[in-house]
Amino acid sequence: MSSTPPAGELLSAPEGLLSIEALRVRFPGTNAPALEDVSLAVGRGECLGVVGESGAGKSLTFLAAFGLLPAGAEVSGRARLGTTELLGLTERALDRIRGRRVGLVFQDPMSSLTPHLTVGAQVAEVLRRHLGLGARAARTRAGELLERVRLGDAGRRMRQYPHELSGGMRQRVMIAIALACEPQLLIADEPTTALDVTLQAQLLALLAQIKREQHMALVLITHDFGAVAGLADRVAVMRAGRVIESGTAAQVFGAPRETYTRELLRAAGEPPGVPAAPSAPAGAAVLEVSDLEVRFAHGTGLLRRRLFTALESVSLELAGGQALGIVGESGCGKSTLTRAALRLVRARGGRVVWLGRDVSALAPRYLRHLRRDLQLIFQDPLASLDPHLTVERLVGEPLEIHLSALPPAERLARTRSMLERVGLEPALYGRRPHELSGGQCQRVGIARAMILAPRLLVCDEPLSALDVRAQRQIRLLLEELRGEQGTSLLFVSHDLALVRRLCERALVLYRGRMVELGPSAALFERPLHPYTRELIEAIALADPALQPARLAKVALGEPPAPLASPGGCAFRARCPHATAVCAEQRPPWVSAGPGRWVACHHFGQWADGML
Amino acid sequence: MFGYTLRRLLGIVPVLLILLTVSFFVVRLAPGGPFAAARALPARTRAELKRLYGLDRPLGVQYLDYLDALAHGNLGPSYSMRDDTVAQLIGAGLPVSATLGAAALALGVALGVALGVGAALNPGAVLDRLLTLFAALTLALPSFVTGPLLALAFGLWLHWLPVAGWRPDAPRYLILPAVTLALPLAASLARLMRASLLEVLQASYVRTARARGLGRARVLWHHALRPALVPVVGYLGPAATYLVTGSLVVETVFELPGTGRYLVQGAIDRDYTLVMGMVLVYGLLTLLANLAADLAHAWLDPRVRHEPL
Repeated sequence: MSSTPPAGELLSAPEGLLSIEALRVRFPGTNAPALEDVSLAVGRGECLGVVGESGAGKSLTFLAAFGLLPAGAEVSGRARLGTTELLGLTERALDRIRGRRVGLVFQDPMSSLTPHLTVGAQVAEVLRRHLGLGARAARTRAGELLERVRLGDAGRRMRQYPHELSGGMRQRVMIAIALACEPQLLIADEPTTALDVTLQAQLLALLAQIKREQHMALVLITHDFGAVAGLADRVAVMRAGRVIESGTAAQVFGAPRETYTRELLRAAGEPPGVPAAPSAPAGAAVLEVSDLEVRFAHGTGLLRRRLFTALESVSLELAGGQALGIVGESGCGKSTLTRAALRLVRARGGRVVWLGRDVSALAPRYLRHLRRDLQLIFQDPLASLDPHLTVERLVGEPLEIHLSALPPAERLARTRSMLERVGLEPALYGRRPHELSGGQCQRVGIARAMILAPRLLVCDEPLSALDVRAQRQIRLLLEELRGEQGTSLLFVSHDLALVRRLCERALVLYRGRMVELGPSAALFERPLHPYTRELIEAIALADPALQPARLAKVALGEPPAPLASPGGCAFRARCPHATAVCAEQRPPWVSAGPGRWVACHHFGQWADGML
Repeated sequence: MFGYTLRRLLGIVPVLLILLTVSFFVVRLAPGGPFAAARALPARTRAELKRLYGLDRPLGVQYLDYLDALAHGNLGPSYSMRDDTVAQLIGAGLPVSATLGAAALALGVALGVALGVGAALNPGAVLDRLLTLFAALTLALPSFVTGPLLALAFGLWLHWLPVAGWRPDAPRYLILPAVTLALPLAASLARLMRASLLEVLQASYVRTARARGLGRARVLWHHALRPALVPVVGYLGPAATYLVTGSLVVETVFELPGTGRYLVQGAIDRDYTLVMGMVLVYGLLTLLANLAADLAHAWLDPRVRHEPL
């Protein structure tokens, strides 16, 4: 498919810090090597972006270089840090390099911190080990480091356990630990992948600032071209265990040599077009929700149950054939809204109408036959499919339940034609979910939902768990199916750019309240709520000419905690335009132009630059 | 945590009450009665005895009487060993049984955890294979076989340890019974520990700890061991039940004057009060062991703590 660029070109980076040459990794019991002839170099103070889809060998390259592969893996080639040859070093010698000269940050902050040790103890541990600090000095320094990575309220957080922190906070802690001994090189492996758009932007901006100030080299491993565009000086593209293309960021983004790179870039950087117009004019309402309120109990107190309001006075209407996007950060109530609208969680108040029928008061057992017309696709395609069933059974099962009168031959024919429609090869029909890729699993999920030709399809972050190319393919598939069957779409995502491509209208939620609703293109061009603007600014553009400057403007810190007092505007602690009235009165939900609604006291003024 | 412990302790009371109620009626369902077996007594004497112990009264009244006495700390007289009350019998035997149980538990946990960790660190190595053999043997052989075998080897051939009997001031008498009782426990715990540690060593946070250059020992003891102990600690509840039933056999094999024999003998003799006393003691022990396991779990894993400590 491609030839590896000559090693000389890669080593031309000034003052090579880390250089990997002809690295090859093979796992016992497999024939094909997991890595083949990988050569990469990182210069002092520079950022190398390593891009590619999952399974391309991005993480493997650096795990192998620093001796972190599982026992038994065969590693050959060369990996030098400065003048030290890393391959073949003893564990003891590597332990003087790892954490000291090289910091590593892994993808999943949920599982990468030790659960039974406090955050402060885990930062201090590294300082004591590598710098020989005493207990007290290490604690003080740990506090400073946590402040350096802008972890709010660092003193209190130090005494907390990882599970008490949010995903973004945990990733800050991971970065603090990796930076503790002022390493020459930081390897960040998908550091922002599991996070919201806003948090992603904040953490990338933080990494950019630290790299600049400490003159530290950075390896950013990611499948996200937007992240790379904001930070990387040079880019290497990996596929199937090889480096297929490398060069400066401008070269790779501006004039990619490989078809594969162009394909990845196209998937990432597609200009936000206008969503395909629905084939039929908007029909009668498929879903109407008014004044929905959902509360969850938290804490296990016997007598006093504390209640947490997940959704408050949310109303929406979705006409036949239309697509509505629901946007907001994690915990804003997006998923709760879809679940309450489908009556999968119990609403405390409000009305839910499906296809003109009020279902708010119906007991769940009467809902079953109505559910046929409202189908759901989940975020994690693998976890949402029964592992025991084959692809064919999974997709045919809704027919068994809702159209049990159908003769088996007819059922099979319909299943097969649906499977074909979503682009699954007949060879896959007998497989089980764990034998499929993420994209294939999601196709099964879509086929399963669409086989009943539902009137409404609810998608809860259906693309977040997928690779860029699979994301694009699934998105196109959803668009096509929608066009063909005239299905309405309720599309939940934290990615405003995606919602803009797919949905005519978008609803922005913040902490369980509606803050803005409008046609997605207009919302994008001229947001009326400061929170919507924050979301738009956080979108990473896959353009190295623009993205670094945009990243430089992003706030580095955790968003301030929401204020305890229930009155007023929920966003005011974070809002640059907040005034006295925002603390006193809840902003009313007001009309702001054709099809546009907003809940902000000052929307007219700030959006026009008067505040 | 204090409030949680208190609630759980209070929760023991109703469970014990249910246990006692069920046992009370079940033992009386069995045919025969306390004075049926031993000697053929004249009918008049037997009626007199029954009247003396209140056994001629309606069952419901007997039940309420028993609870009333229990509430005043009175476990009643033993019907088969008429010189002693149930409280005296338990008071004499329990220290022996408790010492045996505690020693076996400590030995089983220490041996099990050590073997399990050793095996997990080098899966497939000599120690790991020895563990498989050891577990198969000790779990397959009942303690009335291993006990006499150990007594034969260490008592009769080597003359290192006494074969049987008990002297309160000589811990030597405790060694063989405690080892016999501990071996299957150690095998179960070692296998749990091995599997659990192997899994934890694959966890993302262990790899991260290695990536921080903390060193093999620190990663193992500080980051991996505590989470790996969770299933081991969870097994302590079932282990307590095993120790109770296991001690019946071991005490018989080694002729220890513990309480184990009372449970069997009491049931055979239809010694209602003695059986009830034993049910109470062992029920309480089992419930407390389960509570201890849950508290230890909360200590090991901050995510399951219900309230701040």
